Amino acid sequence: MLTRTIVRYPGVRVGGAGGLAVQTAELATGHEQEFQERVDADGRIEPRDWMPEGYRKTLVRQIAQHAHSEIIGMQPEGNWITRAPSLRRKCILVAKVQDEAGHGLYLYSAAETLGADREELLDLLHRGRQKYSTIFNYPTTSWADVASIGWLVDGAAIMNQVPLTRCSYGPYARAMTRVCKEESFHQRQGFEAMTVLANGTPAQRAMAQDALDRWWWPALMMFGPSDSESPNSAQSMAWGIKRFSNDDLRQRFVDATVPQAHHLGLTVPDPDLRFDEDSGHWISGEIDWTEFYAVMKGDGPCNRERVRNRVAAHEDGAWVRAAAAAYADKQVARQVAA
Amino acid sequence: MTSFSAAGGHGAIPTDGVPADEGNVPTRPQSPLWEVFVRSRRGLSHTHAGSLRAPDAHMALRHARDLYTRRQEGVSIWVVPASVIVASSPDEKDSFFDPAGDKPYRHPTFYDVPEGLTHL
Amino acid sequence: MSPGGTDTAVDLDASAYALRLGDDALVLGQRLCEWAARSPELEEDVALLNIALDLLGAARLLLSRAGELEGAGRDEDDLAFLRNEPEFRCGLLFEAANGDFGQTLARQLLVSAYQVPLWHALGSSTDEVIAGVAGKAVKEAVYHLDHARSWVVRLGDGTDESHRRVQAGLEEVWPYTSELFERDALLDRLVARGVAADPDLLLPVWEATVGEVLAEATLEVPQTTWRPTGGRSGRHLTGFGYLLAEMQHLHRSHPGATW
Repeated sequence: MLTRTIVRYPGVRVGGAGGLAVQTAELATGHEQEFQERVDADGRIEPRDWMPEGYRKTLVRQIAQHAHSEIIGMQPEGNWITRAPSLRRKCILVAKVQDEAGHGLYLYSAAETLGADREELLDLLHRGRQKYSTIFNYPTTSWADVASIGWLVDGAAIMNQVPLTRCSYGPYARAMTRVCKEESFHQRQGFEAMTVLANGTPAQRAMAQDALDRWWWPALMMFGPSDSESPNSAQSMAWGIKRFSNDDLRQRFVDATVPQAHHLGLTVPDPDLRFDEDSGHWISGEIDWTEFYAVMKGDGPCNRERVRNRVAAHEDGAWVRAAAAAYADKQVARQVAA
Repeated sequence: MTSFSAAGGHGAIPTDGVPADEGNVPTRPQSPLWEVFVRSRRGLSHTHAGSLRAPDAHMALRHARDLYTRRQEGVSIWVVPASVIVASSPDEKDSFFDPAGDKPYRHPTFYDVPEGLTHL
Repeated sequence: MSPGGTDTAVDLDASAYALRLGDDALVLGQRLCEWAARSPELEEDVALLNIALDLLGAARLLLSRAGELEGAGRDEDDLAFLRNEPEFRCGLLFEAANGDFGQTLARQLLVSAYQVPLWHALGSSTDEVIAGVAGKAVKEAVYHLDHARSWVVRLGDGTDESHRRVQAGLEEVWPYTSELFERDALLDRLVARGVAADPDLLLPVWEATVGEVLAEATLEVPQTTWRPTGGRSGRHLTGFGYLLAEMQHLHRSHPGATW
């Protein structure tokens, strides 16, 4: 029996300045306990519930950057829509990219329930202050890259995202449920496309192997460094935002994906990869984070162009948005006059 | 070493010095917010599907159709300006909702039904 | 994917008509795809790609049908990717460049206002596949028309800048509309057989719809005596070669490959 309130978070930050401070501090302790008990009991926090400011901020940042990743992610794949090698593949890719725009929209909406504003979040992205998944700063130089993104990148994303469907914050969990349903199609079509390539002409097989060679390690690095090196992990786990450790998720991904690569007849570009009989796990070689960190910092092949394209779309479209707003205002005025 | 999070969909997102929101009201007027309710099949009620921004009701309905029913998930859509929704407050929860919790006789499971009898 | 079984009789006229319809849908679908990640707002990325997907779906069915009726073993991909420019039969309105958002939506208005009565009429085509496609496509076209109308009205009756831009876009694509209603010997034969829709019957419906929307949008109906034509006989605009190059290159680079 839950109260489902859908009004926005009121925007009055608990612990605000001046006279409000003492009152809100007392209120906060009681609320804080209730909040933590609810999270510990695997309950849901809904908009307008009291929440620690740190929780709210962490979620806004995470959800916003997740949304930014979806819309930036439209570019590396979107680049291949007009060049897709068959009509069926073209249709599948259009549907996928369309889903990604939709995911961005669900997520911006979820962030807005926390008192954030989509325009502001986009502005932070455009100015480079908020970021997006580093994986999308790699170029898609061949059709097999499109297939690999579906197979590996979306496959890894699913591992990350399924736990979020049980995240403590209701709107985010619900958005993620919708996203995960759609994402499984993305992964399957990617694997199917790779299967066709791997079983195709020598040129197609080489294209597939080359893509795997370039996307394997970045996909593993999507899961983040070992949690011992992630200061924020513990707090996120306590708040029910993060459910499993980075290493756990990465291991799951490797165990699921290596057999898939073998099924394709392709070679995983990890000479140290071995199967450990005792644990039943595929053990990866050492991850070399150097190049990845360079890409993350901003020196990847596509960092500048991704943001530039995104900013251009927004600025080029400003006159359109202004027109829609002007028309809406005129209609209101006409109704009033009538 | 830049710290980054695996969190969110595709992971590997930098978190060092990244702000959440800053409370900067955008200078440009923004499209108003709408809440979307979808009836997925006849016989079911409309349930809340999420929200979206649109300049007016006409566009809101169309965006909702594009966003929430691409996989035939709906036969009817309502869009409601978020600003007109009146909601109970979490603070009022105790007085508003708890009294209903201790009146279990409103629930059919409260009553013993002799075994073997149907239509009860 | 080879065309239908041996019971489909060769019918070159009907094949040519299906090809026109299929090429129109394919090429406009391709144009709309150029908006991916470039639209004024995310909601429009979703909406324009939705229209593209509807068109591409229809294109696949119509091109397959054209191949079947041709009887030379060509499937939808053979037709899409291996024909050269003079063999394409799309109308100029469908292949015209997108221009800005205003021009794109103005073009969409003109196309969808044509496609609604077209598909409506083709619902009773004596070619059962075309009739089947029409049954689905008419509902899609109604939605596309609604979307285009919504935007043309908002742009025309929005700000001074949007009014100027959409009027300019409309002027740019308007001349290509005359080709939609041309009759030729092929159409005469197919209309007589009940396969094709009669353009003379489509024109007044189109004019009424477009006139109504432009009036509501406070836009002027363009006045021009220029009536470019040629798409139906393979004489296309300058930009068409580039569109084909982009669309066909990867497929052609791997002859015989499956994707």
